[in-house]
Amino acid sequence: MLGAADVTFGYGDTPVLRGVSVRVARGSLVGVLGPNGSGKTTLLRLLAGTERPLTGRVTLDDVDLRTIPRQALARRLAVVPQETHLAFDYTVLDIALMGRYPHLGPFELEGPDDVALARAALEATGTLTLEHRLFTTLSGGEKQRAIIASALAQFARLDDGADGPGTGAPGRGEILLLDEPTAALDLHYQIEVAALLRQLNARRGLTIVVCTHDLNFAASICRELVLLRDGRVIAAGPTADTLTPAHVHALYGVAADVRYHEAAGHLTVVPTARAGA
Amino acid sequence: MRASATTRPVRQRLLLTVAGFGALALAACLLAPLVGSTRIGLARVFDRSVPFAENVDAQIFFVARLPRTLAGAIVGASLAASGVVLQALLRNPLASPFTLGVSAGAALGAMLALTLAVPVALGGLTAVPIASFAGALGAVLIVYLLATVRHRGLSTEVLLLAGVTLNAFFSALILFVQYFADPSQTFRTVRWLMGDLDVSSYQPIVASLPFLATAFAVFAWLPRPLNLFALGPESAASRGVNVHAAQRAAFFSASVATGAAVSVGGPVGFVGIVVPHLVRLLVGADHRLVLPASALFGAAFLVACDVVARTALAPLELPVGVITALIGGPFFLWLLVRRR
Repeated sequence: MLGAADVTFGYGDTPVLRGVSVRVARGSLVGVLGPNGSGKTTLLRLLAGTERPLTGRVTLDDVDLRTIPRQALARRLAVVPQETHLAFDYTVLDIALMGRYPHLGPFELEGPDDVALARAALEATGTLTLEHRLFTTLSGGEKQRAIIASALAQFARLDDGADGPGTGAPGRGEILLLDEPTAALDLHYQIEVAALLRQLNARRGLTIVVCTHDLNFAASICRELVLLRDGRVIAAGPTADTLTPAHVHALYGVAADVRYHEAAGHLTVVPTARAGA
Repeated sequence: MRASATTRPVRQRLLLTVAGFGALALAACLLAPLVGSTRIGLARVFDRSVPFAENVDAQIFFVARLPRTLAGAIVGASLAASGVVLQALLRNPLASPFTLGVSAGAALGAMLALTLAVPVALGGLTAVPIASFAGALGAVLIVYLLATVRHRGLSTEVLLLAGVTLNAFFSALILFVQYFADPSQTFRTVRWLMGDLDVSSYQPIVASLPFLATAFAVFAWLPRPLNLFALGPESAASRGVNVHAAQRAAFFSASVATGAAVSVGGPVGFVGIVVPHLVRLLVGADHRLVLPASALFGAAFLVACDVVARTALAPLELPVGVITALIGGPFFLWLLVRRR
């Protein structure tokens, strides 16, 4: 289980998180919602261990994150950023193989097993047919799926066999953290990535935390939500209880209609009027 | 071609790459000393039946020409490898070993030594290489302090800006010092700034070796972190890279190698940008292949350019920097246009 206990963080004199606590249970699919500047991305960085909290603790299975060696952490926890711009022309397979970094020694070259695991990860995200394409030539949705494959390759172990990462033990507790994974994508690719995340969670037992300001995207995949505003948690819990007109108004200052959409199969949020307008 | 290349295991590609580019570098180093005003033959050079004192070919090869060739090889290898490392560190394929102010610092050091005619000499070295190396390290430290003062890691944006600014500021200082120099000193400075491999003994090469050996030992560790840098520092960290340590290692090793290379051959331009790009076209982006291939190809490239510099207008000997700039300038423009 991944947890943050009363963490604070700031850049210079600007406080970003003011005493935030979250608990991410194994196998859960949690959305972190909030307006721009609410501290979503910073919270994700603290959970990923790429930033350290000023006060409070971030723990993975009750072990303080700062005591876990970087490579050991990377074998259990992976991050997918909003967008990835490469400075050089790597192929899609090269990108997936970068996920093998935490499994190799400083001078070790990846072997056939690593290539097989990387290809299995590409397969799992539907990008195996693109393996020899240059990453820079992919569409936004393809790029995101290739980066997710690279993250899956971080988890894969040799004894996973041909089915690839995350298939064997559902309780292994591997965690994928995604920062606005669909913000740069059009509707088609948004749905594609949403389906992929739901599938990775359901079939492979991956724990997923996704930061987003897209309420409908969150409603479509997340079973739990954490609502952040001005660096504080204003509500947390199951999506059905948390995604309410009152909370939407508290987050964005927007009056909204929240109702269950039969055809879509999840809650939907439609803004009705801007407060004060 | 690149697609079929990536299907081979990386171990095999690495061996092929090193063997291929290594053969090229070796051939360049063996053939270059044969070229010159006096014709000599490789067979006679290595003819062990004639004592060295009587073997004129061997004397010309080992005493007169090989030092210059080896100087070209180590300067070319160092600048090309440093170029690869800095391009990956800055995530900018148009960066060069001189982007971060190393060459301007070295030039200011050399300039001061030439103008003030410093009589210092250390272990057979004259003041100029020592002063240029000191100047290079001074510039590197200033840039490093600027880039770390307000950040916990290295800010690559600040590195780039500080390097460019320091280049400009040091150039102003160079002009200031030059104003007080006499014409012969000015001529020698300008010659030095062109980048010249006019090396006539093994002394400067031997002196630079400890620094280059240290830098290249770090280079051997760098390629995997450099690959991950391409994803951005945060993604690299989340994949297990100690980003701050790797950035520091990359910055200082590339700077020391560049400083040592400049102290031997002056600021030879464009090697550090032309060679890495040509190599990437041939072997792809993987730094485990690009870094060793660039070092070997850089050696071959600069040795070949120096042969052209020595022979094109013989008996005039052009500084090799003129040749690399004549090749590199158009190449750089082609790169800019191609990237659109």
